Formats: sequence, structure tokens, C-alpha cells
Amino acid sequence: MSELRRTQKDIKGTYVTKGTVPFVTYVPFMSLERREFIRQGFAAGLLGLGALGSLGALGTLVGCSKVAAPAATAPAATTATAAPAAPAAQRWGLVIDPALLVKTQAFNAVAQACHSHHNVPQISDPKTEVKWIWQDDFAHCFEEMDSAYLPAALRELQFPVLCNHCENPVCVRVCPTQATFKRDDGIVDMDYHRCIGCRFCMTSCPYGARSLNFCDPQPYIAQVDPGYPTRMRGVVEKCNFCVERLAQGLPPHCVEASQGAILYGDLDDPASEVRQALAGSLSIRRRPELGTEPSVYYLLRGAESPTDAPKGGEPHA
Amino acid sequence: MLEKALRGSKRYYLWLAILAVLIAVGAAAYTRQLTYGLGLTGMSRDVPWGLYIAQFTFLVGVAASGVMVVIPHYLHNFRAFGRMVILGEFLAVAAVIMAILFVFVDLGQPTRVLNVLLHPTPHSIMFWDICVLGAYLLVNIVIGWAVLGAEKKGFPPPRWTRILTILSIPLAISIHTVTAFLYAGLPGKAYWLSAIMAARFLASAFASGPALLIILSLIIRRFTSFKVTDLAVDALVKIVCYAMIANVFFFLLEVFTSFYSAIPSHQASLRYLFVGLDGSGGLVPLMWVAAVLALAGITLLLVPRLRRNLRLLPVSLVAIFVACWLDKGVGLVLGGFVPNAFGRVTDYLPTANELLIICGVYALGLFILTILYKIVIAVRTTNEEELSKTDS
Amino acid sequence: MYKPVRIVAFLLVILGLVLAPVWLNQGRVAAVPAPSLDTQAINALEERQCVESAAYMRAEHMLLLDSWRTAVVRDGATTYTSSAGRVYAMSLEDSCLGCHDNRAEFCDSCHAYVAAEPNCWSCHNGEEGVTGR
Repeated sequence: MSELRRTQKDIKGTYVTKGTVPFVTYVPFMSLERREFIRQGFAAGLLGLGALGSLGALGTLVGCSKVAAPAATAPAATTATAAPAAPAAQRWGLVIDPALLVKTQAFNAVAQACHSHHNVPQISDPKTEVKWIWQDDFAHCFEEMDSAYLPAALRELQFPVLCNHCENPVCVRVCPTQATFKRDDGIVDMDYHRCIGCRFCMTSCPYGARSLNFCDPQPYIAQVDPGYPTRMRGVVEKCNFCVERLAQGLPPHCVEASQGAILYGDLDDPASEVRQALAGSLSIRRRPELGTEPSVYYLLRGAESPTDAPKGGEPHA
Repeated sequence: MLEKALRGSKRYYLWLAILAVLIAVGAAAYTRQLTYGLGLTGMSRDVPWGLYIAQFTFLVGVAASGVMVVIPHYLHNFRAFGRMVILGEFLAVAAVIMAILFVFVDLGQPTRVLNVLLHPTPHSIMFWDICVLGAYLLVNIVIGWAVLGAEKKGFPPPRWTRILTILSIPLAISIHTVTAFLYAGLPGKAYWLSAIMAARFLASAFASGPALLIILSLIIRRFTSFKVTDLAVDALVKIVCYAMIANVFFFLLEVFTSFYSAIPSHQASLRYLFVGLDGSGGLVPLMWVAAVLALAGITLLLVPRLRRNLRLLPVSLVAIFVACWLDKGVGLVLGGFVPNAFGRVTDYLPTANELLIICGVYALGLFILTILYKIVIAVRTTNEEELSKTDS
Repeated sequence: MYKPVRIVAFLLVILGLVLAPVWLNQGRVAAVPAPSLDTQAINALEERQCVESAAYMRAEHMLLLDSWRTAVVRDGATTYTSSAGRVYAMSLEDSCLGCHDNRAEFCDSCHAYVAAEPNCWSCHNGEEGVTGR
């Protein structure tokens, strides 16, 4: 412990987000985390239940005095490492037009782009498979809205499903290590370094969006994409809204490959493309009655009438 | 005091040797799982928790049940339980150790388990569960050891053990309440999303735990000179009986709410467990066995003449214990995962490797329990022999 | 119950077990590691300087990397300003392994010497693929 304290105090530099538009306002470690840990440790000790808990909190408290650096200042000079400006958002969301996706037959490309770029292993056994985005029909995706007399077109329509990046994510609530966490921009992300593989998040996710690596995933990755790390066995993974691409100012892979059927943008910005799309059509979300507030919306414009083929509407590459 | 565990009969050593072999086999199976991953179990994307976590849940109940002896003895001065208190406490120790081990063998990345303490997360129920389980384990070891140590030297137990014992009562309630909260607070899992879950957990715990304790007491009574009185046994049996009635009653409340409301999502798990769903029904026979055993056990314990029949008693208690185990150590966890988030049924069948690990953990728990009980019996019988010597 | 022969015998057995590594490794001298800086990327640098001083990196690189990963993964930070005022992308694969692309001669040489087995490469396997080197 004392060893840790000595060395961590010595860490030299400071961290900054990109000077231009950080999508997360980066707070230096010290002020926030320390107070947080003191509070948590105190809570545990106070209730008299936490012989272990307070020990843990104490450990973190000591281990956490990481960077005694002043508030980060953005460097004036641009460097070789600077990337194009990343777009900012208060709450990232996706708007999916499933009918358009069927029409353009882009789903396979979407799944392929997502899975190959994120090194998602292709395991054929449905019990242990790992998947970030896949398809299912209306009756299974929206069970509570199902009825015997749905238009055939809607009944046969396939809906892409993925992590909903909930406003109130249950997985984040239950995770005992904060390995899964919600970012300030609304994205529910995973810290694979920290995940202990308890699968509480899988149990709690009402959307079945999470997969455990039941074995070493490496043999199931045909070609490792160097642009994104792979995972170890025993950790849970899911869609990360392509945070690594958003940081570079690029759209998520699924959006890029969807030929306009999947839109992304800031749900809190009335002028955003996603809000425009939602304002112009009926949209549904999966299991909204649970209060999780999913950030993935499905447009139903014209999906019910096969003759009146739905149009793309949104000008999107 | 540990030296008391080193001297025993051949039968004692044979029993420990058998357990040691089972532990070794379990450890070997766990090594396989550790190197390959949880793919060696029957768990899946749709049923991410299997028999490991089910055993954990059940054993937390067994551990909590120690209070059913502690409360009458310490709060109501029911002295007949005097000899049983320490048995209950040491049963709790073994049960908590097993429960914690079952969580450990269930982890995908067990080497990172201390992350739970390194990043304490008050909004996670799992964090609180680990806190209260650790505290409860510690309290029971300390109390048991101190009381027995004092007894060995012929002193009354120190005063602070009494305070700690009183503290252990809310802790026992809290370990099982918090364990119930692991399940009862999840949106979208209708079978678990029930306010009565914690109460049901406690009722089933107070039936299964004391049932096991009586069975153990009867075994000890038969094979050693350490005698638990009939009065104590009969009092505890009544507790088992009424707790089991409460348990069944709470379950029937769930059935009523689910089926009278006729909300499909609330019926699905119960249908899967008792009649099968979408052609899948591997657990159906087990659940009906549980139902029959529960009713048979209650009947046998409720009728005074049958209850006092000491030959029949172990049968009734085993019936209750097995019924509780099938309900909570199998059906509750597995049933909750059906149907999945897409309304589909995925069956779960444990693998041989998984079962060997489970056997290994149970063997380790029994090993610890044997050692602890051996010490208790050795201390008590030595003292009594000396007493009888001075008397004569 | 004092049995001196048994006690001493068991003490000797335990002592033997404890000292076994010393006995087994006697006379074997492991070469002091000399991590190689001879890579194309490093040789092409105008100034051969890591993100911080060599002495600091030698002693604290694991903590630096640990704080980088927290900053990147959890806080969405992307760049690191060194104590010399230079700015680097906080990326193990691009920044660190971009220069030190000789894992066997650089990373492994010390790690093997001190019997440390960090599992960075099990996920950050970059262009080298799964097996690394």
C-alpha cells in the first residue's frame, strides 16, 4: 500500500481530452474520486456492516491519490497525435429504420462491420456466442406489443437489436466493480480490465444485450483488427457505441454501414438528425415500461404497409 | 483448540479422507474450468447463473438459520438450546464459507475478485452482500471460538461474546435479505421481481437450516457421547415446521398473484418450472418432487404423534431439507431466467465438471464442519468426563 | 505430548521445502536484462526520448499505464501531457508499442527476469496478432 502511494504520487504528466470539443469534461482524478471514495467508505463503515467494505474503501482511498496535478490544461500547439474534432453530445442515441434496413439489405454489412472491427469472436453455439448486434422479429423484440393480427409486413420485419445504452442502466446499477459504467455522454461502456466476470449485468439486462466470453475468444477471431483490442475469457462484453470512433469524430460502424437506415446523434439536441427523425414518425423502444429509458429507437414509418415501400427520408450517406 | 481435531477414531479419519479426496477431485475440476473458462459449465448467454449461484443462495439461507437457535436462547432465555447454539454458529461458519466459495468458482476472472473491495460500489447489491457475509462469517468464528475456548478452561464465556451474539441476529437476517435483493430488484425478471422475495428466502432458510442442524445433532447424538436433549430437538422441529408452512404459504401467494392477475410474463417462470414452457420442462419432475416432499414433510411434523417419533423424524427433516433445496438451490435461480429477454426458452443442464466442482465445495464445507464439530464435541465431552469424575 | 524426534523431523522437511528454490537454483546466474531500444521507430526519432525520463519509465511504467487506461477507458481522455510539456496520445498500442515493437527484446527481457507476467498482450495484440512473439 505504501509502495503504491509513493509511486503514484510520482506520476508526472497530466491528462487532457482533446482541446477542441471534449465529449467528456475530464475532471482530474484527485478532487472527484477522493471525495467519492471517502464518502463510500464512510457509508460502509457507518452502517457497521463493512469491516471488509471499509477496508476496501480505505485501500482505494490510499491507492487513488493518483495524480496530484493541477487541472488539465490543453496544449496550445497541435501535435502529431491530434485527431479531428470529435462531435459532442449530451446523450448519444440511435434511431433505426428497420424497414429501410431490410430494403437496402445492409444488415449483414452492419453486423460484419461491427463485429470484425471490434474483434467479436464468431462462435456458432447460440448458448455461448458473443454478439454485439443481431436481428430478431417483432414478436420477440416487442413481445408486449405483439398481436395475432399484425400486418404481415411488420410480423416478418427483422429488427436489429443491440445494447440500448439506457438512461437508467440496470447493468451499471448492479455491477459490483463499476466495470460497466455510464459516461457523461450517455454511453454505457465496459472496462474489460476491471470486469470480474460475475455476470450480474447479464442477469439484470432486460434486453439480453450482453455476452460472456465463455472461453478464450482468440481462436474464434478470423482476423484480428489492430484498431481495437480483443478480450480475454471470463469478461462480459457488448456494444460500446463505437466510443473509439466517436473520439476520432467518426460515426459508429453500424451507422456507416447501414446506408442511412441507422442514424446517430444527440437525443438532447432538438436539431439533431435523430430528433428530426423521431419528430417525423412513430417510433418505439424495447420494454419502455421498465423505466430504463433506452437510447435506441425504432422507426415504424410505413412498416405496416408493404405496398407503400418506406423511403429513406433522411439524407444520409 | 485445533489439536482436538487431530485425535479421533478410525471412522473419523476415514470420513475426513473421503472428503479430502472429493475436495481434490473438485479442485482438479476447478483447475480445468480456470484454464478453459466458464464454457465448461452448462451456463449460457440466456442462463448466465447456474447451480453455483443457486447453491450460494441456498447456503446463505442455511447460514442465516443459526439465529433460530440464538434468538430463543439469548433473547427468550430458552436454555434448552444452550448446547445447540455453538453447533448453529459453526454450521453458519461452514455454510458461509461454502457460499463464498460458490461465488468464487462462479467468477469468470477470479483473480480480479478483490476489485469488489478495491472499487467499493454502494449501488451494487453484490457489494453489500459481500460486506454482510464477511461480517457474519467473522462474527460467528469469533463467538464460537471464544465461547468454546472459555468452556475448555472452565470459565463462563466473556461478556462481549453476548453482545456480539446479539449483533449476529440482525446480521443473519441481513445476509439473507440482501441475498434476496440480488434478485428482487431486477426489472424484467418477473419471477424474481417480488416484494415477498426476502420474506420467502428467510422462511425457507429457517426451515432448511434448522432441519439440517437437527439432522446433524441426531447424528452426533448417535455416534458420540454429546447429547442434545429431546426438548431442544422438539422445540427446533416446531420452528422448522412453522417456517416451512410460511415458506409454502409465501410461495402460494406468488402463485395467486401470477395466475389470478393472468399476466403472462409473471406466469411464465412458474409454468416453466411446474408444467413446462414451449416444450421445455427439464425441471418439472424436480419441482413436483419438491412440492410433494414439502407437503409430506409439513404433515409429518405438524402431527404431534408423528413429530415425536424419533425414527420418522430424520425422514421428515430430510424431506423438508430436500424440498427447500430443490426450490431455492435449483428452481428459483434457473426458473427466473426463463423466458429470456426475447421470450425464448433456453434450458440449462449442468456439466459433469460443474457437478464435480459443486461436490468439491460441499466436501470442503463438510470437512470444515466436521473439524469444528469435532472440537466442540471433544471439549464438551472432556469437560463432562472431568465433571463426573469430581462428582463421584 | 512432546515428541522431539517427530517435531525435528517435520521441521527439517519444512526447512527443506522452503529452501528448495535456493538449492535448485544454486550456481545458476541469470543474465541481467538489457532491454533493446534498437527498433526502426526509435532509431528514426530525432530525439530518443520516451514520454518521461528513462529512469522514471523503468520504475513506474506500470503505474503510468494503469493511470492511462483508467483515463482513456473510463474518462474518455485521449492525450497525455508529459512533464516536459509534450503531448502524446494515450495509447498502449500506438504510442508505447509503436516505438517498442520488439516485445521479446524489450518488454519480455525484464519481465522474464523478474518473473512478472503482465497480460497486456492477451488483448492488446495489435498487428502481431494473437501469438505476439
